[in-house]
Amino acid sequence: MDFNFTEEQEMVRDGLSRLVREQYDWETRRAAIASDAGWRPEIWAQLAELGILGMPFSEEDGGFGGGAVDAMIVMEEFGKGLVVEPFVPTVVCAGGFLKHAGTPAQKEEHIGGIVDGSRVFAFAYAEPRGRYDYADLETTAKKDGDSYVLNGHKAVVIGAPWASHLVVTARTSGERRDHDGVSVFVLAKDTEGVVTRDYETVDGRRASEVYFENVSLPSDALIGEEGAALPLIERVTDEAIAAQCAEACGAMKVAHAMTLEYSKQRKQFGVPIGKFQVLQHRMVDMYTAYEQSVSLTYLATLRLNASETERKRAASAAKVGVGQAARLIGQESVQIHGGNGVTDEYAIGHYFKRLTIFESEFGDVDHHMKRHVSLASQR
Amino acid sequence: MNLEFTPEEQAFREEVRRFIEENHPKHLEGMGNREDMSPEDMTAWHKILGKKGWSAPAWPVEYGGTGWTPTQRYIWSEENARVGTFMPLPFGIAMVGPVIYTFGNEAQKQQHLPGILSGDVWWCQGYSEPGAGSDLASLKTTAVRDGDHYIINGQKTWTTLAQYADWGFFLCRTDPDAAKPQEGISFILIDMKTPGVEVKPIKLLDGSYEVNETWLTDVRVPVENLVGEENKGWTYAKFLLAHERSGIAGVARSKRAVEKLREIAAAEMLDGEPLINDFDFARKVSQLEIDLAALEITELRTLAGEQAGKGPGPESSILKIKGTEIQQRLTELTLEAVGTYGAPLYGNIANVPGDAGSNQYPVGPDYARHAAATYFNMRKTSIYGGSNEIQRNIITKMILGL
Ligand SMILES: Cc1cc2nc3c(=O)[nH]c(=O)nc-3n(C[C@H](O)[C@H](O)[C@H](O)COP(=O)(O)OP(=O)(O)OC[C@H]3O[C@@H](n4cnc5c(N)ncnc54)[C@H](O)[C@@H]3O)c2cc1C
Ligand SMILES: Cc1cc2nc3c(=O)[nH]c(=O)nc-3n(C[C@H](O)[C@H](O)[C@H](O)COP(=O)(O)OP(=O)(O)OC[C@H]3O[C@@H](n4cnc5c(N)ncnc54)[C@H](O)[C@@H]3O)c2cc1C
Repeated sequence: MDFNFTEEQEMVRDGLSRLVREQYDWETRRAAIASDAGWRPEIWAQLAELGILGMPFSEEDGGFGGGAVDAMIVMEEFGKGLVVEPFVPTVVCAGGFLKHAGTPAQKEEHIGGIVDGSRVFAFAYAEPRGRYDYADLETTAKKDGDSYVLNGHKAVVIGAPWASHLVVTARTSGERRDHDGVSVFVLAKDTEGVVTRDYETVDGRRASEVYFENVSLPSDALIGEEGAALPLIERVTDEAIAAQCAEACGAMKVAHAMTLEYSKQRKQFGVPIGKFQVLQHRMVDMYTAYEQSVSLTYLATLRLNASETERKRAASAAKVGVGQAARLIGQESVQIHGGNGVTDEYAIGHYFKRLTIFESEFGDVDHHMKRHVSLASQR
Repeated sequence: MNLEFTPEEQAFREEVRRFIEENHPKHLEGMGNREDMSPEDMTAWHKILGKKGWSAPAWPVEYGGTGWTPTQRYIWSEENARVGTFMPLPFGIAMVGPVIYTFGNEAQKQQHLPGILSGDVWWCQGYSEPGAGSDLASLKTTAVRDGDHYIINGQKTWTTLAQYADWGFFLCRTDPDAAKPQEGISFILIDMKTPGVEVKPIKLLDGSYEVNETWLTDVRVPVENLVGEENKGWTYAKFLLAHERSGIAGVARSKRAVEKLREIAAAEMLDGEPLINDFDFARKVSQLEIDLAALEITELRTLAGEQAGKGPGPESSILKIKGTEIQQRLTELTLEAVGTYGAPLYGNIANVPGDAGSNQYPVGPDYARHAAATYFNMRKTSIYGGSNEIQRNIITKMILGL
């Protein structure tokens, strides 16, 4: 057993921590998310330069041979600063599909661009009526000779306004919710027939509704085996879950620290409010929930290469535990900040908002509790 | 014991229902969402009620009240919740009005009560300050006598909807040397157009502008605007806080919101079935309904006590705590229900010129649009009106005797 990070990992953490502290301060972030672009390509370029965007790829694919633990370290630091740049969609999701199932030609085509920051991806998987089921697809890709014709509507595609490319899930055969017949495609966003409507999200990011209107895709747009992508999607989204749990841990750590600090400064009835035992105990519960979340995040991260059942159980366990902690810590932080907690001016509310939306990404607590229950019999 | 309403009460319900049916503006039905409403929308129903003589059900008849029993008032609020009317803002009817008719002089009653009843005069509440929140008695805003005027200086904050207010009621320190912080405070009415009053909006988490900072710089207020006796303001402030507690639990509105939640969960799909058929989700809705049923009967028991002549006591803290917890869980569950479409930022909220808001077109189903904003906004309910921690402290002391 070893819960230590390597020297290199410590260096990455320190470097990122400095970047977030120095260039992602609150006012700069606020201005950036309110700007027309809504993000900072120059930060993206810097992440590429630091090797962050290439970290999880093997050296033969043009990366730096890191793994899930590295992604965890990165995401925790991002969570602390509420970084909006699309590391999960680009590096974890698109990168994951390419890494696990891409052909040599597809890797050649895309991974270099991810590593050097020139290609940005969004992962279009959710649908208006699919809830959290990756197989509940109305989007179809019909075989047409040597190509596919893609039609459908994807909901709340995070990072799509910034993306040059999309990874899309679609049904190539079978009935809605069948496990077979699901496929994954990669395409440039400017492909003819791709229509996007861009908007802001409540947690300060950007997303799009993406419509595919008879989009013609060459057969080499298919990633992995036709119709057999569901296990692949589950693997990649479990990786995304582990990464986002780490992000949530970073955000919870800061929210807790800010609340603790506030409770020492804010005086009512002649004493710092942190002297009230009822608040003390709640801050203890928040702290405990945070520590438990870190443990579940480690578990999810370290089980990503275990058996499928072990991996899924660990990812769902993390999504349940971290989701519950995110709600507890978000709500209590706001409450202990009193009126200031519900203002746009104070940072704490923005941590609360990010933690709120985190809960529903890649499945909410109920969804993953069910998945955990259903996997119990498979051990 | 008996839970049924009497035939008279049933007849009253019919009358009320008919009146609402015939008079409530249809385009405002179910709005109840302040962020989307203009100030005119917010007072429309108040003004209609003013003409009918129903805007202040709890006031004594001689000042323009209805003479309804607490049970009738309860029926009244239920029927309003059924169609989602926007009830009169509390600042005039529920707060300053009773202080004026109880402690004010004849001239103040003549001057202010009619505008409060009719809804023509918009009031705001200037109690809290940056350093005085839960500990209200530590407030610092000063009122210094200068002939027949007070000169008022200080900063208030969290003044709800002061951007539209004609008048405000303020707590100011008139005797800085009083022995205890609760003493030496006065209750003063201020015309918000007086020079030196400056209202600056505060943006809330959900993007709305419902509260303000209110700056008072050398504001000259005639001494006639003092309510009751100088330095006795704390007594009136406490009277006000304890006064209109009925409706504080928001039971009728929460019942309506549960129905809405069920409608949403019937439209959302999970595994090809309506979400409401999912046991995990349905159980959470039922838990809410159970807690709400308990709260409803608790409120009715409190009302029955009032009807029998017992004043509202510290039990109202139970109503505040449970009522707001239920409201918050309702908004949580609604956000859970809408799933992925909780994320898009939609529609703010043009209360402040120059803030154009965000998305210009709607995304996702109608019912999802305000789910996140409402959830964020409702976090305030456990903070304001005496935070839920403070309510628990009150129960600790006043009921448990600890
Ligand atoms: C089954 C059992 C086995 C035990 N075995 C052992 C043993 O092997 N050896 C041994 O030495 N002792 C043993 N104990 C004793 C145990 O350590 C004491 O019961 C314990 O320390 C609590 O003390 P108390 O019962 O006097 O409760 P009290 O100290 O009187 O506490 C009563 C309540 O007040 C709360 N409270 C007290 N102080 C505070 C505070 N400052 N803030 C907030 N809440 C507070 C407590 O949490 C508790 O809820 C055992 C007790 C039990 C029940
Ligand atoms: C949306 C909104 C609208 C409002 N509208 C108005 C208005 O119109 N007019 C007006 O005058 N005011 C208004 N308020 C102010 C409101 O009454 C105060 O926010 C409230 O009293 C809490 O004060 P605070 O924000 O300073 O928090 P603080 O008093 O600083 O409290 C911070 C935290 O400490 C806790 N705490 C404080 N003291 C204790 C204690 N003794 N024991 C345990 N816990 C404690 C609180 O519960 C809270 O969780 C409004 C507030 C909000 C958020």
